[in-house]
Amino acid sequence: MAEKKLMYGNHAIVEGVLAAGCRFFAGYPITPQNEIPEFMSIRMNEIGGVFIQTESEIAAINMLFGAAAAGKRAMTSSSSPGISLMQEGISYIAGADIPVLVVNVVRGGPGLGNIAPAQSDYFQATRGGGHGDYFTITLAPNSAQELYEFPKIAFELAEKYRNPALILADGLLGQMMEPVEFSYKPFDPETLPEPPYALSGCKNRERRIVRSYDLKPGKLEAWNWQRQKKYEQIVANEQRFQATACDDAELIIVAYGTCARVCDAAARMARAKGYRVGLLRPITLWPFPSNILSALAEKTDHFLVVEMNMGQMVDDVKLATECSKKIFFHGRPGGGVPTPPEVYGKIETILGGAR
Amino acid sequence: MTTEIIISGFGGQGIVSSGIILSHAGLYESKNVTFFPSYGAEMRGGTANCSVVISTEPVASPIVATPDIVIVMNEPSLTRFEPALKPKGLLFYNKTLIKSVPKREDITIIPVEANAIAEELGRGRIANMVMLGAMIKKTTILKLETLKRAQRKRFSRASDEQLSLNDRALDRGYGLF
Repeated sequence: MAEKKLMYGNHAIVEGVLAAGCRFFAGYPITPQNEIPEFMSIRMNEIGGVFIQTESEIAAINMLFGAAAAGKRAMTSSSSPGISLMQEGISYIAGADIPVLVVNVVRGGPGLGNIAPAQSDYFQATRGGGHGDYFTITLAPNSAQELYEFPKIAFELAEKYRNPALILADGLLGQMMEPVEFSYKPFDPETLPEPPYALSGCKNRERRIVRSYDLKPGKLEAWNWQRQKKYEQIVANEQRFQATACDDAELIIVAYGTCARVCDAAARMARAKGYRVGLLRPITLWPFPSNILSALAEKTDHFLVVEMNMGQMVDDVKLATECSKKIFFHGRPGGGVPTPPEVYGKIETILGGAR
Repeated sequence: MTTEIIISGFGGQGIVSSGIILSHAGLYESKNVTFFPSYGAEMRGGTANCSVVISTEPVASPIVATPDIVIVMNEPSLTRFEPALKPKGLLFYNKTLIKSVPKREDITIIPVEANAIAEELGRGRIANMVMLGAMIKKTTILKLETLKRAQRKRFSRASDEQLSLNDRALDRGYGLF
């Protein structure tokens, strides 16, 4: 096992992005993700990559579009209000079928909100986010180690399907420190093959065009049909989750990211008191791990969804289980973070009082 | 075995540094650790706090609701975190700066003249080191030597003089009990 290094979550993302062979970052500062551009500016300089602090988030996402259209791994990071500003660009990138990585270190909202951890951008992340009929592959890490590992997974999925990928973290994951093991050999960006769409200069070859529009009658519909097939493949092949003690559970908590950590502690408290409580943690939020949930609904009577919002992922749980079982919800809006005793109290209430 | 710690005080008292030093030390002793600071709208002179979880198992929640150990460096922190402590928990308080007396009877209360000792050593700023030394002696959750190594990691750009002063402050705290 490699040596572990104590790192901020935000710094772990930077190392993960660089190890994944990404050498292009454009972004604009916003708390609670400022440590990403700050550290990135140092590391890109050391490693010989491109770091640009743009004049706005809109500029950042469009520079990303350019760098990725040129065939390079490119990423940006921001927090909720900044990600809202980027939505037009993300929609264009999705429309052009170009892979990029966008990291959202979510903060309390709506509006300028606050700088506390939140999960209130779930709908935005999993329903496309901008205009048009599209989805972004969305990964939800829950530790500094995963913040290091997920950029590689995100780039690989994004490139495999030619689709934007999102990492949905939150202020707590970004600001906390945990040991990180640099668990894989960093990619040399020079060894990454040039993708077939890359605008790399068309001397001695056919020209390539990257665009998101097609005005000829019927063409755009056909193009969208093609994209839908891609989405079907993603939904069929890429659902990721972590299931803990779910097999004989009388209640399964469904939670991701920071909430999954809090609920893990709550579930341990409950099991210590004799409740059979499992934890299902979606790792991909889109595609949502519906298959496992629908299988678990065959044998489990109670589900408790815990989110740092007032009920967004709970809709996906209801869809996956076709509302066949009792789905309870516990949420904290506006930057509120639930505590393990708080979630444990909810479990006790659902399962019929103290044992 | 899991130990949940909250450290709280004024911004500038080395609250965040204390948490990071404990986390480094935990890592050096091959434990699982998670550190989470209050962040963002903090300032020198304002309040700062952080939580540290040190465990032999993977850490579940980074959010600490009912700590096993509370270290308070100033008056407002005592008011805020004394009630949160687990029954039978340990409350270390900076007796030099805190004039109120902790009230709970179901906890162990440990007064430490952190600032007075730090001033004696020549630098009030190292009161946090005195406190950390005292805490690990009382709780035995970490070794003095790893804490010394961890403070050198945290303050890697500090002068040798400052680093040995920190060591002396850790020793003084450690030697209190």
